[in-house]
Amino acid sequence: MKDNIKKSYLLNIVGILSIYLILKLLIGGNVLNRYHISIVIFICINIILATSLNLATGFLGQLALGHAGFMAVGAYVSAITAVALKSSGLPDTLMLVISLLVAGIFSGIVGIAIGIPALRLRGDYLGIITLGFGEVIRVIINNMKSITGGAQGFTGIPRIANFDNVFWITIIVVGILYALTHSRQGRAIISIREDEIASEAVGIQTTKYKVLGFAIAAFFAGIGGGLYAHHLAFLDPKTFGFMKSVEILVIVVLGGMGSLTGSIIAAIILTILPEALREFANYRMLIYSFILVVMMIFRPQGIFGTKEFSLSSFLHKLRYNQIISPRKEIKGDE
Amino acid sequence: MAILQTTELAIQFGGLRAVDNFNISINEHELVGLIGPNGAGKTTIFNMLTGVYRPTEGDIKLDGVSIVGKKPYEIVKQGAARTFQNIRLFKNLSVIDNIKIAYHNEMKYSTLEGIFRTKRYWKEEKKAHQESLDFLKIFDMQDYANTLAKNLPYGKQRKLEIARGLATNPKILMLDEPAAGMNPQETYELMDTIHFIRDKFNITILLIEHDMNLVMGICERIVVVDHGKIIAKGLPEEIKNNPDVIKVYLGE
Amino acid sequence: MTLFLQQLINGLSVGSIYAVIALGYTMVYGIIKLINFAHGEIMMMGAYFAFVTAVTIGMPFYMVLIVSMLIAAILGLSIEYVAYKPLRNAPRISALITAIGISLFLQNLALVVFKPEPKVMPAIIPKQPILIGNLQIGTVTIVTILLSVIFMILLDQFIKKTKPGKAMRAVSQDKEASILMGINVNRTISLTFAIGSALGAFGGVLYSIAYTQVYPTMGIMPGLKAFVAAVLGGIGLLPGAMLGGFVIGMIETISKAYISSQWSDAIVFGILIIVLIVKPTGILGKNEREKV
Repeated sequence: MKDNIKKSYLLNIVGILSIYLILKLLIGGNVLNRYHISIVIFICINIILATSLNLATGFLGQLALGHAGFMAVGAYVSAITAVALKSSGLPDTLMLVISLLVAGIFSGIVGIAIGIPALRLRGDYLGIITLGFGEVIRVIINNMKSITGGAQGFTGIPRIANFDNVFWITIIVVGILYALTHSRQGRAIISIREDEIASEAVGIQTTKYKVLGFAIAAFFAGIGGGLYAHHLAFLDPKTFGFMKSVEILVIVVLGGMGSLTGSIIAAIILTILPEALREFANYRMLIYSFILVVMMIFRPQGIFGTKEFSLSSFLHKLRYNQIISPRKEIKGDE
Repeated sequence: MAILQTTELAIQFGGLRAVDNFNISINEHELVGLIGPNGAGKTTIFNMLTGVYRPTEGDIKLDGVSIVGKKPYEIVKQGAARTFQNIRLFKNLSVIDNIKIAYHNEMKYSTLEGIFRTKRYWKEEKKAHQESLDFLKIFDMQDYANTLAKNLPYGKQRKLEIARGLATNPKILMLDEPAAGMNPQETYELMDTIHFIRDKFNITILLIEHDMNLVMGICERIVVVDHGKIIAKGLPEEIKNNPDVIKVYLGE
Repeated sequence: MTLFLQQLINGLSVGSIYAVIALGYTMVYGIIKLINFAHGEIMMMGAYFAFVTAVTIGMPFYMVLIVSMLIAAILGLSIEYVAYKPLRNAPRISALITAIGISLFLQNLALVVFKPEPKVMPAIIPKQPILIGNLQIGTVTIVTILLSVIFMILLDQFIKKTKPGKAMRAVSQDKEASILMGINVNRTISLTFAIGSALGAFGGVLYSIAYTQVYPTMGIMPGLKAFVAAVLGGIGLLPGAMLGGFVIGMIETISKAYISSQWSDAIVFGILIIVLIVKPTGILGKNEREKV
């Protein structure tokens, strides 16, 4: 068993490194220009936002419609921190990491403050109250002109996010979320999605784990927001409205609730799709929304359902050249 | 010594006194049945004993400690486990994960240790995995370890729910209509299982049941409730011949 | 004092529009438990239908209203048939995303067909205000309030007294039992969408006349506010939607007039949050506990 784990660790590291090196080569060879790099960065940011929301909605099972609110908190806090650190002469990536951590902690705290009252509600009501909180956060940012620049926007943010640091931060975030969902705390979180009453009846402190899951989701949403701020170097409160929350939720549902790899694939598809449709000009969003509805009708459980894509079992299948082993099937019937 | 004791337990829903003056005392290693017609308040009593409802009056002592006002998860930690009338499993998780979740409080590593997968994480996870497997073996369910709980046959789902309750290492196990929806063959097997776990884990069992064969067959002592009040207590033989009980069950 | 009364009447007028739109939300939620995020866009489409019929055909107000409500009803029916029906047994969140997809689709459809620039809605209700003492009340305001109340009474009677209305209530209580009682559930759901969408269009027509503008994204905010209204009153309950609509309209108007127009949205959502925390199922909702 231990060998298998080591093997799959190794495989994943090789897989990630090859993706990184291929992208690096493509950038170095000018196959990917600045516009493409920007899309890659947006994909990474969307992966962070979607996997973190997936923790709250897919794994914990709590419908959250205000994720953009946490993203906004993170974006502004990170921007403010970086502006304050600008003259300190710190290297860019260190400055980025510090700003992001401050941003994450800040939105995590906001997540706890919102989570404690909100998580007493269930289902659609929770969705609605988180929607409400998201909108309130946006209006507050819009009105704190002296700090956030208000409706005119926040300018002069150090542009310290680049392909390298964004890529590796994304890998770390996804890695942490993966490890979390495979720990006892993660199982406690999943058990709440499955049956909250049963969960409490086997000794899980459900309130604590609901707030924990929600806070961690908010923490990473804050980091995603921070990267967004340091990539664009400009923030407009309008970006963080209800539609942004919906956009993130769409990625989660399309990828599969409770599947981190699903969120990653869906984030890639749904970030590239609108860009690829650019030549259709006005028809772009029309086609996008049409595709979205069609995908939902034909695959309501999302691309991966609750399953994770695993490189090692994929390779295993490839090597033995059969997706379902016939022998196993016979055994299963007995 | 009494493992579970209630004194003058009562609960009021609006104008309705669903349970009133409920006194029982269950000794260690006893197997007690709680019976009564539909709507007598049996499940309400269970919900009070497990912290789902807070009683309006009276006291509940679990192993000598009052548990009134405690949350369900705290009561589990104190040593009371339960099953539900309509099975509540973690349906989309594997059988072994259902057990591991019940081991949650036995495992000792923090969230950060879990995220960074420290030595302790691996040690504890490995131990929990092995123990869960051993546990399933006791119930002869090791072949189902990786089956999703929702794909188990009905009787096995009941069994898993009981196993999951036992995995929390309780002093008393409360079963809410464990034979509901079972055919005679499955009920028979269930009786075996209940006997078996009582002896194997050396615990106390309190069960609510409609199936008279099951109750009379395995319970050492029976408590009969009607309209929220205890109308009879005693050995199965006494209960069988008690005129009040017959009246409640068969009418006059 | 006069100014305050004036604001109250304005609030009543905005509130009655929210209330009517909220009814559509609540009816659909009551029957298939779907937050129909496309409802705001039905309202927007209703406003465009009104614009087209008023400008190109030159219909009078009542015809404009009837025609756009009818077309919107058909639109609602078709959306339900094409997009929601296949998802009736799917996870609820997938249906929610589909509703959001439909909402984006309609917005962009309007964008492509009508272009993003706002269209000016002709004054098909005469503009001159009516004077009551010192109070100046616009005809639009009065018509809005009166018509909304009429529609609410009609809907209430329909739900309570007629056979299809009773079928709606039955289906929203228990779909399986309704099938056993011989109710055609699919037809009942279709009817709910038709009525809900017609009410949405009604809101859109009056909203566009009051604010004299029609544009593709006009449905978002009123849609969201109406939805908040439905939840505030207790989602799934018709009286709740009406109450919620008036409350939201009042709060919005008063806070815009006396506090700050920039904060009014935060105040509306803040009140929603407080109500939900204090009473999670809304003002008129009943608390339901999961049975153990």
